[in-house]
Amino acid sequence: MSAVRPIDRVEGTAIPLRGDNIDTDRIIPARFLKAITFSGLGEHVFADDRRSMPRHPFADPAYTGAEILLVNENFGSGSSREHAPQALMRWGIGACVGQSFSEIFLANATTIGLPCLTAARDDIESLMKEAEAEPATPMVVSVRDLSLIAAGRTVRLHLAPAIRDALLTGQWDATGLLLHRFENVRQVASRLPYLTGF
Amino acid sequence: MGQTLLQKVWDLHTVRTLPSGQTQLFIGLHMIHEVTSPQAFDMLRRRGVGVAFPGRTFATVDHIVPTLDQRRPFADDLAEHMMAALERNCDEFGIRIEGLDSERQGIVHVIGPELGLTQPGMTIACGDSHTSTHGAFGAVAFGIGTSQVRDVLASQCLATAPLRVRRISVSGELGPGVYAKDVILEIIARLGVRGGVGFAYEYGGEAVGRMTMDERMTICNMSIEGGARIGYVNPDETTFAYLEGRPFAPEGDVFERAKQWWRSMASDPDAVYDDVVEIDGSVIEPRVTWGINPGQSVGVSETVPDPASTGSAADASAIGEALDFMGLDAGAPVAGTRVDVAFLGSCTNGRLSDLREAARIVRGSRVARHVRALAVPGSVKVRRAAEAEGLDEVFRSAGFEWRGAGCSMCLAMNPDRLNGREVCASSSNRNFKGRQGSPTGRTLLMSPAMVAAAAVTGEVTDVRTML
Ligand code: SF4
Repeated sequence: MSAVRPIDRVEGTAIPLRGDNIDTDRIIPARFLKAITFSGLGEHVFADDRRSMPRHPFADPAYTGAEILLVNENFGSGSSREHAPQALMRWGIGACVGQSFSEIFLANATTIGLPCLTAARDDIESLMKEAEAEPATPMVVSVRDLSLIAAGRTVRLHLAPAIRDALLTGQWDATGLLLHRFENVRQVASRLPYLTGF
Repeated sequence: MGQTLLQKVWDLHTVRTLPSGQTQLFIGLHMIHEVTSPQAFDMLRRRGVGVAFPGRTFATVDHIVPTLDQRRPFADDLAEHMMAALERNCDEFGIRIEGLDSERQGIVHVIGPELGLTQPGMTIACGDSHTSTHGAFGAVAFGIGTSQVRDVLASQCLATAPLRVRRISVSGELGPGVYAKDVILEIIARLGVRGGVGFAYEYGGEAVGRMTMDERMTICNMSIEGGARIGYVNPDETTFAYLEGRPFAPEGDVFERAKQWWRSMASDPDAVYDDVVEIDGSVIEPRVTWGINPGQSVGVSETVPDPASTGSAADASAIGEALDFMGLDAGAPVAGTRVDVAFLGSCTNGRLSDLREAARIVRGSRVARHVRALAVPGSVKVRRAAEAEGLDEVFRSAGFEWRGAGCSMCLAMNPDRLNGREVCASSSNRNFKGRQGSPTGRTLLMSPAMVAAAAVTGEVTDVRTML
């Protein structure tokens, strides 16, 4: 099993990405899924948006090295491709903070150790403004305290308790947990009518 | 107090509650394909873990397969590489694969039901968000990411949080020329693309009760476009009749016993829902998307919205961005929008009944001179059945290309794609920017019959005028 890596805080500068419903086809266009590993995805994150929108934050050198991605509503909607959070992580993102996330994106991000926390709309707006005005503003996301500290101000964050625990205890990678006491799994299989000939 | 199907299936498959509060859920059927599985197998190897229940995972190839020339090795090295990886992984771990040499190959969400693998009361997972399709049979079917594919391979389980259930009841009778696709586009337009987050959608009501399995699959397929990870319909006689005689369905006495159990898994009449939505099916029109997410649709007789006349600034900017990208004028009628490409196919609408409905419209007509039209069956079986009734000839003689089975232009991971800013009338499920292979390509989602109508006239056309 892989080493347990608890995640309790992520520090760095932030990259603001405005817009609701930014889907996974935009985060990583399908043509980059034609590979049998995730390595190398980082350089293709938002490949098409970067090309068509010259001022896209992921194309702006001011945000190179940013760790915290700020987004609006329903970020990561669409396909189940884990390539999306993988690409963000490989680009350098260590945490996402937004108004809301799509469900599969959230599950995928969590299981690879990329925390996605939510905050109120006004708070996101002021954080984005801060990061736009001064890209070098240091920010600290605390998974433990559910807070984001930036420019002397503390913003409250939300995260489902189950996900917070998983990140704090380093058990966000579920495989080990699921294999624990495997006889219980066999027992469930043995009571399913469709596996036992009804 | 009665229970919903979701609760019953959930309880039966629960292994335990994890320390995090999530449920460890046993997965009865796991389907894999070439795009989201190779990394999962690598993770298994790196950890020295095997596949726990190799007999409960089924593989096929769909996303990258060329639909024109399927000879190996493929012209595209990367695609060939992915195919070979899946074959090698299945071979190494003892997993059954229906590859390009198989009469059972096809889009994963088409072949699961077709083979009778998909059954009521099961939990089903696949590394693809449209796994919600299988819910049409009264299964609880999740789309999952690659690390979760690894989890299911390693343990046949998923760690997942419980969901609430929203009952969506569609009453009345659908008008002529109105299809399941129009119903789900209407539902998403009403409830929003994130309205379903945290919910499983249970579809019911008389209109859904009357639907064939193909139609129910179309509805469940697009649950995810409304933000709901799971959509399902309670199993009934229509479900059982569909399953009887399928290769992996139970037979004889066992089928009779299975039916009893399946029936018992349906939601109880007094089940309590977290939310209930009623929709009058008789007023739904054929629908067309005008924007860049599947919630942005209107009836074919309506106009595209005007950002100036919406309430919130956020809505106005979202509409503005979509219209800009689509090159549509605010307030213009959606009918009459010129199309360059017509695509019939995908796991939403690439089944035999879809091809039949489209063929009804194109029979004896010609595809408009400026339109490139593709008909792509969802599976080899669909293709053979369509050919047996001569549908291939209907399409060919109208000027459609008749292709081999696969995902094709739904996401363009194969050579089928839009060029430049082409506008495509598409029977698929996503109109995201860049979805059909060209970063600036534009997609209008609609029913297969509406795609056929657009192919013939060269513009968005109310199919009801052509019936
Ligand atoms: S047809 Fe489209 S949506 Fe369906 S599985 Fe293939 S790529 Fe995904």
